[in-house]
Amino acid sequence: MGDNAPILVGCGAGFSGDRLDAPEPVVRTLIRSGRPAAIMFETLGERTLALAQLARQQNPENGFEPLLERMLEPVLDACLTYNIRILGNFGAANPHAAARTIHALGRRLGCRKMRIAVVTGDDLIASGAVSALEQEDGAPFPRGEFISANAYVGAAPLVEALVAGADVVVTGRVADPSLALAPFIHHHGWSLDEHRLIASGTLAGHLLECGAQVTGGYFADPGFKNVPDPHMIGFPIVSMEADGRFTVMKAHDTGGLVDRRTVIEQMLYEIHDPARYLTPDITLDVTEVEVAGIAPNQVSVTGAAGHQRPDRLKVTVGYDGGWLGEGEISYAGPNAAERARLAMDVVQRRIGHVGPNVRVRGDIIGVASVFNDDAGAWLDGYFAHSGDVRMRIAVAAPDRRTAERAGEEVLALYTCGPAGGGGVRSAVRRRIATASGYIQRELVKPNVEMMD
Amino acid sequence: MDMSRLIETPLHRLAHGRTGDKGNRINISVIAYRAEFFPVIREQVTAERVAELFSHRRPTKVERYELPRLGALNFVIDDVLEGGVNDALNLDGHGKTNAFLVLSIPVWVPETILQLREEITA
Repeated sequence: MGDNAPILVGCGAGFSGDRLDAPEPVVRTLIRSGRPAAIMFETLGERTLALAQLARQQNPENGFEPLLERMLEPVLDACLTYNIRILGNFGAANPHAAARTIHALGRRLGCRKMRIAVVTGDDLIASGAVSALEQEDGAPFPRGEFISANAYVGAAPLVEALVAGADVVVTGRVADPSLALAPFIHHHGWSLDEHRLIASGTLAGHLLECGAQVTGGYFADPGFKNVPDPHMIGFPIVSMEADGRFTVMKAHDTGGLVDRRTVIEQMLYEIHDPARYLTPDITLDVTEVEVAGIAPNQVSVTGAAGHQRPDRLKVTVGYDGGWLGEGEISYAGPNAAERARLAMDVVQRRIGHVGPNVRVRGDIIGVASVFNDDAGAWLDGYFAHSGDVRMRIAVAAPDRRTAERAGEEVLALYTCGPAGGGGVRSAVRRRIATASGYIQRELVKPNVEMMD
Repeated sequence: MDMSRLIETPLHRLAHGRTGDKGNRINISVIAYRAEFFPVIREQVTAERVAELFSHRRPTKVERYELPRLGALNFVIDDVLEGGVNDALNLDGHGKTNAFLVLSIPVWVPETILQLREEITA
């Protein structure tokens, strides 16, 4: 702690469902560097926690990242051997069960004994603090049947866990950049009041938190932005200096790229006012940031500024979002798009206005779909030239039965619809809705528990 | 002032960008490939034009932030996802594809500036 050598922090996952072969090259690179190092896993989207809470209700041993074992198995032993700390919000709605799973995995792999820290306190339903939830303007949050309500906790309890000697830190909801900020703070001995340093560490965490999105993932645009070996993109690693200057790199012997463009794209990802990006640790200002390529796949980032952290923490609330039903059918060859349009009209007229809270939408994939709007105004402006299209109907309804109409009506097009339809697929699924609330910081009390 | 001929080109040739989403709000970055492109982009890719582009989805607000050091603009578009990530009927409920809708905006660029484009692909 507090020595002047840089620390390396890599990212092993940028979302639940990320490539499982990504962490291994990151850990290999960290080991080869010979530097103090940590690896973070970010697997908790806005809806993921509510889904995890539902899984836990079904089975008290569930409710954490379903791929946790497969994610850690390739790297756990190496991380423990070389003292690379692991931090992940893969605990989701059940961090204790996640910790037990990691302990069991360690035993199965014959790893050395490890200390796992479990960070809790984000769950406001469990703590009872949910009653103090506010809207953005400070008014009380509307009551409802919440599935989950979790506050975005900052880096402080994670640092506490590292100080206590945790090899692995398992959390539920925590601000994504805090997963990287915590090892920076711990290693360099930064104080939370040093705004410029905390801002810099938070920006580094923001760049790491989506995995490959800063190393050439979600970036390729052939002929405009080419990415080498996109089938094996290396995940990112940040080398952080004691004074807050940092370099973004990627795992060795992998594809992808790190350059000024990839870093700037990710820097602005999910940022609104670039002078006021709110996190539990700092209000981040990136307007004066300088980004410079210093070597192949090495980009230096300087100039992040920080202001007083917000008094309130953001809370994501999850509740029942009803059901979504979808049905699709293909038309190809002469007049295909017109036949698809007719099929869409047929289904929309048959489903009609089923109920007050039911919404129906039609798209013609290949002509206009994702740029289209629910009312179809965008699609109306397009004429059919495309010869291989897919008609899609979506129905959102409070009940499963109504949502299933989408698939049923599309299926019936086989015999009753326009000529030449084929390839019907349908799906229906329950949806989780989320909303953002706020809570006074002092009402959230993170807890750190060591499990040996 | 560059007095060369103006050429109409999609913004896509001058800039790249990415969509981010939070609830029923998206942000779309527009990042100039070269510093020389940024003044043209700043002048022509206005909040009004972006609002017009999304008018079929009736956004309640479009805000534009400028990051001249990075040669970038950041557009924040409110209530454009027709229900947001969780409630949208759109195949792309996150609205992730919309950065390329913004990149389809036509802009008028002096020919000498547009020629710099070749150096990017070369």
